[in-house]
Amino acid sequence: MVSERQLEAIKGAKVLMVGAGGIGCELLKTLALSGFQDIHIIDMDTIEVSNLNRQFLFRQSHVGQSKAKVARDAVLKFRPQMSITAHHANVKDPKFNVEFFKQFNVVLNGLDNLDARRHVNRLCLAADVPLVESGTTGFLGQVTVHVKGKTECYECQPKPAPKTYPVCTITSTPSKFVHCIVWAKDLLFAKLFGDRNQENDLNVRSSDAASSSDHAEDVFVRRKDEDIDPYGRRIYDHVFGYNIEVASSNEETWKNRNRPKPIYSADVMPENLTEQNGNVAKNCVVDTSSVSAMASLGLKNPQDTWTLLESSRIFLEALKLFFAKREKEIGNLSFDKDDQLAVEFVTAAANIRAASFGISLHSLFEAKGIAGNIVHAVATTNAIIAGLIVIEAIKVLLKDTDKYRMTYCLEHITKKMLLMPVEPYEPNKSCYVCSETPLSLEINTSRSKLRDFVEKIVKAKLGINFPLIMHGSNLLYEVGDDLDEVEVANYAANLEKVLSQLPSPVTNGTMLTVEDLQQELTCNINIKHREEFDEEKEPDGMLLSGWTQAPPAKDDKQSMNDKQSIGNGGDSSNALQTEPADAVKDGEMEEISEPSGKKRKLSEGSKASILDATDGTRNHKEVEKLDDDDDDDVVMFDDLDSMTNKKKRLQ
Amino acid sequence: MDGEELTEQETALYDRQIRVWGADAQRRLSKSHILVCGMKGTVAEFCKNIVLAGVGSLTLMDDRVVTEEAWSANFLIPPDENVYGGKTIAEVCCDSLKDFNPMVRVSVEKGDLSSLDGEFYDKFDVVVVSCCSVTTKKLINEKCRKLSKRVAFYTVDCRDSCGEIFVDLQNHKYSKQKIEETIECQLQYPSFEEAISVPWRALPRKASKLYFALRVLEQFEEAEGRSPGEISIADLPAVLKLKKELCEANALNASHVTDSLLERLIIGTREFPPVCAVVGGILGQEVIKAISCKGEPLKNFFFFDVMDGKGVVEDVSNPKKESK
Repeated sequence: MVSERQLEAIKGAKVLMVGAGGIGCELLKTLALSGFQDIHIIDMDTIEVSNLNRQFLFRQSHVGQSKAKVARDAVLKFRPQMSITAHHANVKDPKFNVEFFKQFNVVLNGLDNLDARRHVNRLCLAADVPLVESGTTGFLGQVTVHVKGKTECYECQPKPAPKTYPVCTITSTPSKFVHCIVWAKDLLFAKLFGDRNQENDLNVRSSDAASSSDHAEDVFVRRKDEDIDPYGRRIYDHVFGYNIEVASSNEETWKNRNRPKPIYSADVMPENLTEQNGNVAKNCVVDTSSVSAMASLGLKNPQDTWTLLESSRIFLEALKLFFAKREKEIGNLSFDKDDQLAVEFVTAAANIRAASFGISLHSLFEAKGIAGNIVHAVATTNAIIAGLIVIEAIKVLLKDTDKYRMTYCLEHITKKMLLMPVEPYEPNKSCYVCSETPLSLEINTSRSKLRDFVEKIVKAKLGINFPLIMHGSNLLYEVGDDLDEVEVANYAANLEKVLSQLPSPVTNGTMLTVEDLQQELTCNINIKHREEFDEEKEPDGMLLSGWTQAPPAKDDKQSMNDKQSIGNGGDSSNALQTEPADAVKDGEMEEISEPSGKKRKLSEGSKASILDATDGTRNHKEVEKLDDDDDDDVVMFDDLDSMTNKKKRLQ
Repeated sequence: MDGEELTEQETALYDRQIRVWGADAQRRLSKSHILVCGMKGTVAEFCKNIVLAGVGSLTLMDDRVVTEEAWSANFLIPPDENVYGGKTIAEVCCDSLKDFNPMVRVSVEKGDLSSLDGEFYDKFDVVVVSCCSVTTKKLINEKCRKLSKRVAFYTVDCRDSCGEIFVDLQNHKYSKQKIEETIECQLQYPSFEEAISVPWRALPRKASKLYFALRVLEQFEEAEGRSPGEISIADLPAVLKLKKELCEANALNASHVTDSLLERLIIGTREFPPVCAVVGGILGQEVIKAISCKGEPLKNFFFFDVMDGKGVVEDVSNPKKESK
């Protein structure tokens, strides 16, 4: 029963919802039923078919339309008196500045990526508006409350960045299916169908670098008048046959590993392919979106795991169909999980590579999930989380600080609970975001350039995308529309200089200030010069420290904050962590999904870079894994023991 | 839905949830038939969830006319007399639910629940009752249990900002994942009557107070011939008296069931929408587990209270007794 006090607070509240997807739809509906009158929603996405299993405000007829707008219209149908303002826009757009945020009593997030969450967190801190965060994946979910000065901010406990794999693992020594997918998607598919001018690590460098690179260029380009079938086989033989033989010849690499087996098309498919397909009904559809190698070959079920032979046939057929039906797109294509033919090609290629390396093959359904970084999601968890968000929002409006809770929706009953509330923690005094604590950066100031600092630290680690970098009163770098040519040139030149050679030299002991005007964030960084860095452990040649990290994970178990609110699109690899063995649980159980619990293995994905000994230099450039997903959030269950032992609770 | 394979349409629509529970479970869902009685806010949430999940059919029973109270916590009912006028709650909800998933058959059944016989219940795989007297709950549960086919039985009720779910899956075989292995398990559930007959002293000391409070209210409404929820602050003294008697009969200290909790539940006549969402969500998950036979279902009571924010499972069963 809602008290008078609560009712008044609700009626007078102005609420901002960020995200109108899985959580957003449930949240908007519950807010409306609870009596909220004034809501703004921001969402940049449009509606897709796969949303309809849970984003119940949307219908088939709405596919392609703005989520924010359709959600608004749907709710106005059963609460016509409400004021709902829909923004079909990116929350990172400068128009949503601190002034904009200040007009709200509370901000409710229903996002699916880390970047946006950090951004909103900073704006809420700058505007001093409470934030209720949330995330779900499958049956797991959580709701957390962040009030400046009273609780941790979203970034007090650093969230792990999306998973990446070392280049050598992808190009030379895959050990898991996901490595094969990344190879097939980011290397092979990109090479064949994407921008030819893009740098591509596809070929393992042999000891004879010059000749092999010439060879490589010829191989991938289809020769004038070359028939598609021989071209397809030529590609097949090069990447699955020749390249593997070359890689296999290096003794060092395979000393402690099983050698891959080269696979040649003639061995797998001795007959002429066109004869093979002669009797199978062909897909004669002109519409490019429904062109499918599977349909062409009569392989109907996306849940079936293809054999090496089937994968090989799909590989060649898909390649053929791209050239036959979608030639215009070749050279401009990027992988899209909703592009059936692209998914078929990548699955097939990944499977053949897997076969080569003794890794088990996967179905299209599974491969698509990995390649497309798909987050699995159901309506019920989102509904539960939405209810919990509204409960917290009301507490926040009433400033009932003692009652704020972080609530975890568990998949398995733990201590007799399916919904577990925990008191929020106090702010982390060393959080560089909400406590403005300086950070330290160890870097070689005579070797690292300003550009490295900007890309690897400022943008990648600190999440500051439009930085202003100062050394005392000297501006070293900034971005903005209002810069003149001289300034732009000046900053461009600075980027290419090593730190110690900057107009205002950055050396040991220097304090740099990095700001983001939109987020109203200021961060001070103490520079410490260091000569050498471990190529394996510190491949960037830099070490940032300063805010208290969570205790390091023991073995494979992750500490609470690692798992907490990962909810971040690109992290589906981490999403399905195996639960820690020592957590107290009743009826310990894994999740319901069947061995697409193969996804669990992704989380163990080796971070340790493996030496590519065929290459004289140790190259540890990381291949960025998978794109952000448009889908819903991922959340981790936490280790209860670490949770109860943890830091001070909110009084 | 014919045939064994999921259609292309289903695969596309259900992709994200198939990744959670698998194609096999999705197929079972598409063949299941659900009966729901008593359409308040929580049940509306449950219906939305189960329709989105893609069950075979959903049958609604609630012959009450639409009132302001009905649409205040039920988003399936638009607050427009032109739309709901002359229709029962079930009829209006049916129209809305059909929209959420054209592949699910949603229909209305009229009549008195308790007068329907076993043959009627035999059509369903799951029966969910809400806003029913304790006698009706027992009666329907028994009818379900008498059938040769297993009909899963649930009750769900929300008062003020609390909710309760009861689960009876009789003899339930299911699979669960342990590390990389799939294990086959089994659970025995007591009937509703058996469960509420378990002496209060047999329950753990820290068992949810809501359990006891709701049993007191149930008994009170039954004894006074009231419909569920037909209770007001004027009844408080009588309720507290009954509480004392029940506690004595169960050799339990009367303070074990707090007066303030009872008062709160009596005064709070309306459902609280966030609680409807939470409890309706949990119920949805449980029914999906029961139908798919995947994952360990809760046994046998679930409680949620906004005051402490916990979602608690209580096992109210007599361990020595073998249920049917």
